[in-house]
Amino acid sequence: MRYLPNTEQERQAMLASLGIQTTEELFKDIPEEVKLKETPDIPHPLSELEVKVHMQKLAQKNRSLNELVSFLGGGFYDHYIPSAVNYIISRGEFLTAYTPYQAEISQGTLQSIYEFQTMIAQLTGMDIANASMYDGATALAEAALMAAAHGRKRNNIVVSSAVNPLYLQVLSSYLRGRADLEIRYIPVRNGITGTSDFEQVIDENTAAVLLQQPNFFGCLEQGADIAEIAHKHGAKLVVCADPISLGILSAPGDYGADIVVGEGQSLGNAPYFGGPGLGFFAAREEFLRSMPGRIVGATVDTQGKRGFTLTLQTREQHIRREKATSNICSNQALNALAASIYMALMGKQGLAETAELCLQKAHYAEEKISSLPGYSRAFPAPFLKEFTVKCPVPAAKVVERLLDRGFLAGIDLGKYYPNMKDYLLVAVTEKRTKEEIDCFAEQLEGIK
Amino acid sequence: MREHTEPLLFELSRTGRTGHSLPELDVPQKPYEEMLPEDVLRKNPPELPELSEPDVVRHYTKLSQLNHAVDTGFYPLGSCTMKYNPRINEEVSQLPGFSQLHPLQPVQTVQGALELLFNMEKFLCELSGMTRFTFQPAAGAHGEFTGLSLIRAYHSHKGDTGRNKIIIPDSAHGTNPASVAMAGYKTVQVKSNDRGGIDLEHLREIADNTTAGLMLTNPNTLGIFDENITQIAEIVHNAGGLLYYDGANANAIMGISRPADMGFDIVHFNLHKTFSTPHGGGGPGSGPVGVVEKLVPFLPVPVVEKKDNSYYLDYDRPESIGKIHSFYGNFGVIIKAYAYILSMGMEGLRRASEEAVLNANYLMRALAKYFHLPYDRTCMHEFVLSGSKQKELGIRTLDMAKRLPDFGFHPPTVYFPLIVEEAMMIEPTETESKETLDAFIEAMKQIAREAEENPDMLKNAPHTTPVRRLDETRAARQPDLRWRP
Repeated sequence: MRYLPNTEQERQAMLASLGIQTTEELFKDIPEEVKLKETPDIPHPLSELEVKVHMQKLAQKNRSLNELVSFLGGGFYDHYIPSAVNYIISRGEFLTAYTPYQAEISQGTLQSIYEFQTMIAQLTGMDIANASMYDGATALAEAALMAAAHGRKRNNIVVSSAVNPLYLQVLSSYLRGRADLEIRYIPVRNGITGTSDFEQVIDENTAAVLLQQPNFFGCLEQGADIAEIAHKHGAKLVVCADPISLGILSAPGDYGADIVVGEGQSLGNAPYFGGPGLGFFAAREEFLRSMPGRIVGATVDTQGKRGFTLTLQTREQHIRREKATSNICSNQALNALAASIYMALMGKQGLAETAELCLQKAHYAEEKISSLPGYSRAFPAPFLKEFTVKCPVPAAKVVERLLDRGFLAGIDLGKYYPNMKDYLLVAVTEKRTKEEIDCFAEQLEGIK
Repeated sequence: MREHTEPLLFELSRTGRTGHSLPELDVPQKPYEEMLPEDVLRKNPPELPELSEPDVVRHYTKLSQLNHAVDTGFYPLGSCTMKYNPRINEEVSQLPGFSQLHPLQPVQTVQGALELLFNMEKFLCELSGMTRFTFQPAAGAHGEFTGLSLIRAYHSHKGDTGRNKIIIPDSAHGTNPASVAMAGYKTVQVKSNDRGGIDLEHLREIADNTTAGLMLTNPNTLGIFDENITQIAEIVHNAGGLLYYDGANANAIMGISRPADMGFDIVHFNLHKTFSTPHGGGGPGSGPVGVVEKLVPFLPVPVVEKKDNSYYLDYDRPESIGKIHSFYGNFGVIIKAYAYILSMGMEGLRRASEEAVLNANYLMRALAKYFHLPYDRTCMHEFVLSGSKQKELGIRTLDMAKRLPDFGFHPPTVYFPLIVEEAMMIEPTETESKETLDAFIEAMKQIAREAEENPDMLKNAPHTTPVRRLDETRAARQPDLRWRP
């Protein structure tokens, strides 16, 4: 067995030092009745070559984004990843380290998290950020829980129905055990959260308002107006943001958000069939001691030299147990590192340029598609890289037909909203070329 | 390890430098104002650093050299199972046929991914004795939360709504009580007996019709297999509760014993512990949750099903607790664990557990000569020492832990479990050789001697790391959590 270094001789020497004959004797505390009688049905060991061949065959049964032209979004996007990202995150010193509990021998991981926290705070316009959450959905759910804990007696959360429906499902699972917290939804009007609908649901017991920007339909919400409504009732505004869009859109902190979360996959992480990506989590200073997750701080060593360490750990499960602000332990550290490297490479201008390429190409695609007979832009609200199209036939049919032509056409919204069977959600990133968009539109036109 | 620390990205930044190149715009450029209203635009680009690609690569390479990792040396961090992370797993997980898949692609384009999940589920069912698994939990704690949600769904489906307590032992991982609170339950702590297992008398007293379930690691956090496990299961089941198996310590029992046979109803495995996927400096992990037959209807949606030789995602599950992850969990991690199981086979997995337990017992016996061993009995894959002897000399466990990096070793988990004074929890894993263990024993022996003869050596440790002992009080009292110009 290639991963087990002890030789038979060494094994015998170790057994002898313990005064026993076989390893079987080490398992004597396991009662006979719970010992396995039959060998589990798992194949015999494969050589490295055989494993590689098996895995290649499985991979070949998938049609990847390298082969299909993708207009799929809905939280995960096909953005370009610079080569240096994968090279750096593959280094064993980052890849095979644990959570940096021992600061003196984990400065690499700790400093990279401190830099990540800084860049996320800059991007979102918040004061502080943590080391990452599992994904965008759990980050949003934990933001709701944090706002509720912060709001003490406040007992309801007001949520825009234009938030990603998968995130709403996770939110509802996270809050199911909390009989003391009610979720209230704001309807969607013409693709955006109806600002005039707030008065019916928001009250002095609302802990937070949850908004996605741009929302699931790709539309830009009236963030500043909603912030004002939330704050008027003493509620916190939680914004779930797309990080690439923040290259050109106002930082949520600038229009009044108190907590900003989102899915960070777009920042240098391959889509991997939905994970691992990362949730990012940023907030105003007042949430410093109620944040979930790992936080790194700068300090000095005994010689006065700058160093980094996990800090404010009295919030966390290993110290506070049932009184912790969250149960999170493992996070998505390596994905956060990839996001940091991506942001460092893109820099101040690169993220804005990427967002602008998406903006231009998405608008080109939208105009092209809307000019086709039977197709139209669904909502008038401004958008960035993703938009909703009304199709002349059910979107499911569009998706199926376009797949035959080598395209992932987008998301059939009928899967999530029974009354939107003819609506297709289309995402366009900087990777899409004019030729691909033209060809896509041509194929759409051919569908009867 | 490098001696010199590295400036921050922001300190290295120079106005006008760039580390990216993007294709030129190939569609007709439209004026901004025709697309976006003025008031949604950022006034200035985000303040990210400006660096060239060589700057960035060198920065992170230097940072990496400030880390201890499994690849650089022994990492006996108890309960974390820091075993070797095979490189073949990394390579195959990066095949574009896996890494370049969008989660919402039509199922006919992801048959290989679904087949992998389907096969992996079978493997985990075989190893645990459970009926079905969900892969959505992204980590162990996420699995615990999922398991507790399943417990709630099960009881409320039966109309049994008075159960609001979860029993956990006083030796439990911190995530257990934190998950209990997050799921809306109350924690009841059960005492440990003098052999390190659950005190059955106490369990009988507290298990009643308000008990929703019990969470347990077995082997537990002392590295001890609770020999009363069948009685524990009986007491909890008789009270109407369910048993949750925290798989953090499953590396001791692969192919030897199964949680379902011990009486557990729900289990999570940590693929990033037992199944060799790298920890990445704190994640990503993967904490798949398995259940016995009666809990299958409540699993999160979707589950992978097979029909007429093709695979699909089944969302039509009315009793489901819903979703707990945006998509299907950390698929990229699951690929690596799947490749690991193929490499090891059943013989290899069993052998890994045997060797992990042998290595731990060898180390425990050797170190018991120098340190107090509070539970002096055969251990499983890990064991807990106490620094109580050295404490009498004025040396804390922390001082001894901080000395180990000077010998090239990562310290053990310290001050946990809470029921052992000055605890040192040591887990060598099966991928370490006798020579490595002997070198670690020598280092610990020297540390024990220094505690008697040269205490300052320990109090001022570490001596050879890029930074010396850090002022954690200052970090918490004057939080500096981001760089500011």
